[in-house]
Amino acid sequence: MSTDTPKEQGAMKSGPVRMADADFAADRRQNDMAGALRDYWAQVRSGDLGAIPAILGIVALVALFTALRPETFLTDRNIANLFTQALPVTILAMGLVFVLLLGEIDLSAGVTSGVCAAVMAKLIVDSGQPWYVAVLGAVVTGIVIGTAIGWLVAVIRIPSFVVTLALFLGLQGITLRLVGEGGTVPVRDDVIVALANKNMPVALGWALAAACAAGYAAVQLWRWRQQHSRGLSVKPLQMVVARVAVVAAALLGGTLLLSQDRAPSPLITLAGIPWGVLLVGVLLIACTFVLGRTPYGRHVYAVGGNAEAARRAGVNVTRIRISVFMIASTLAAIAGIVAASRLNSVTPSSGAGNDLLYAVGAAVIGGTSLFGGRGKARDAVLGGLVIAIIDNGLGLLGTKAYLNFLITGSVLLLAASIDALARRRRSSAGR
Amino acid sequence: MTPVLDLRGIDKSFGSVQVLHDVDFVAYPGEVTALVGDNGAGKTTLVKCIGGVHDLDRGEFYFDGVPVRPRSPRDANALGIEIVHQDLALCENLDIVENMFLGRERTRGLSLDYSTMEEEATRVLSNLSVRTIGSVRRPVAALSGGQRQTVAIARAVLWDSRLVVLDEPAAALGVAQTQQVLELVRRLADKGLAVVLISHNMNDVFAVSDRIAALYLGRMAAQVRTSDITHREVVELITAGRSGKLGLRA
Repeated sequence: MSTDTPKEQGAMKSGPVRMADADFAADRRQNDMAGALRDYWAQVRSGDLGAIPAILGIVALVALFTALRPETFLTDRNIANLFTQALPVTILAMGLVFVLLLGEIDLSAGVTSGVCAAVMAKLIVDSGQPWYVAVLGAVVTGIVIGTAIGWLVAVIRIPSFVVTLALFLGLQGITLRLVGEGGTVPVRDDVIVALANKNMPVALGWALAAACAAGYAAVQLWRWRQQHSRGLSVKPLQMVVARVAVVAAALLGGTLLLSQDRAPSPLITLAGIPWGVLLVGVLLIACTFVLGRTPYGRHVYAVGGNAEAARRAGVNVTRIRISVFMIASTLAAIAGIVAASRLNSVTPSSGAGNDLLYAVGAAVIGGTSLFGGRGKARDAVLGGLVIAIIDNGLGLLGTKAYLNFLITGSVLLLAASIDALARRRRSSAGR
Repeated sequence: MTPVLDLRGIDKSFGSVQVLHDVDFVAYPGEVTALVGDNGAGKTTLVKCIGGVHDLDRGEFYFDGVPVRPRSPRDANALGIEIVHQDLALCENLDIVENMFLGRERTRGLSLDYSTMEEEATRVLSNLSVRTIGSVRRPVAALSGGQRQTVAIARAVLWDSRLVVLDEPAAALGVAQTQQVLELVRRLADKGLAVVLISHNMNDVFAVSDRIAALYLGRMAAQVRTSDITHREVVELITAGRSGKLGLRA
């Protein structure tokens, strides 16, 4: 307690205001390129790595496998193969991003994709339903499973780890019951098979890629202009242009690669973007919009960052928790359909193998945190590519199965370590 | 002058434990009312009753002279009551604008209207003489304790609130930051809001408050103008419930 009299301290009541200004004024930065780059570097140094590990990983792995298998790895055919290989894991990972954003986990997503694929295959083969009814059936199955998980986690408050571990076992039983022991349900529906095995016409691929690049540029520049004209904080225009250029180059470069004729025999042509890649693109745009530009997305991040704060701010935390499991299981259903399309069949072990670990690994490698509150839909795509390159490259090398397990496990651990270390770094840097 | 908040004869029990006994409490517009009391005196319970977290057992609740009965935080918010909790309740992974609008986002069609939200947030902050140009998009994790408190307080006044209750806003802050937050508290009152400040720090209380209300074991010992009371008298009211002619009867 001080000996000051109340009167002396009361003098502050009408006094000028200085410190509050100074404290925030120090944050002001110039919106020029050098300042933006400095900011970005400071952000990276403080542990906010973004997409850097995934992009470095892709570059390093491509270099490694090209060096080891120069005549097979970088061929047009293998690249196209790699993309379709990445599809199921990427879609599964995109759903998991929602769950991981809340700091939860869905260990049953892989087997959920198996169950949903089995439902779809049975509807086509046994009931003779058209493909769209079968797909709808699979998606509804996914939604039901997701709702059940969400309810058990959010309302009953069982840790998601336990709920989904139980379902991981239980759902395998359902797939086994549907498919039959040792059985296989073939998938021969043209539309379903085309998803992972057929390509869109080359011209359509170019048109879509160009439209996407132009659309992205338009949205980014329009947003920049609007913020600039309203006097809001903006990134420097060069930065926006550079970003648009990188995205456009990736889109058009990928299209160029996939538009080469990659048929093994000169008698036929095999070229174009696989339809499944288009599906991932559509899902990526939808998920990015939902997470980044809607109130729902903000609430997902808020619950992942501080659930109590979100609750006090009026966010229905229970509903958000249930919804992310529904989204994850729905996307798992789609992943299951794509996987069934790729393999032309559904087996009792569909989705029960490495798929889930690969998908979690993909999300984490892409930059989604296991601790919640950080992550983007694009992480699933970048991480999915890393996982597919490892899987594909090891296949070409003909490594023994035991080594594949060891290597994939190590990659997941490495990604989780980077995540944990970056988080420690962030908290010590106060970010 | 009609008080913004006028509580009369409030009783509140949890099971067999009566926490508040016949408490009267008044908060006027344009004034900072300090609510003081020792640990367990009932400050937090009283605040939770004001904020609609707890329902009253007995007593009258007037807001702007109108009898009301907020039964949930949403009811209280709708009346114009905002409470800034001690543990701030900010999401560190979201930026300042997102935190200020959390749960009440502005949208255009399906999409968030970031530009309008940023404009409004900047306007509120500059109205409070907090200049943040170029930095309202920083994540809260990157802010200092004082800046976070500023954001939490600014969020409370974003919604045309009439009464802002601050629960120990300077508890975890350094000297300079405490000063900064107290200046902000004073400015809120100068803008015509009724401000209730809970604090253990007598220096802070005397620095910014116009009235002091002292709780003692769940009873309102006294509510007087800050200029009519001394430091020592307030401490006696807090510790003994009585000081000279002021306070509870023996």
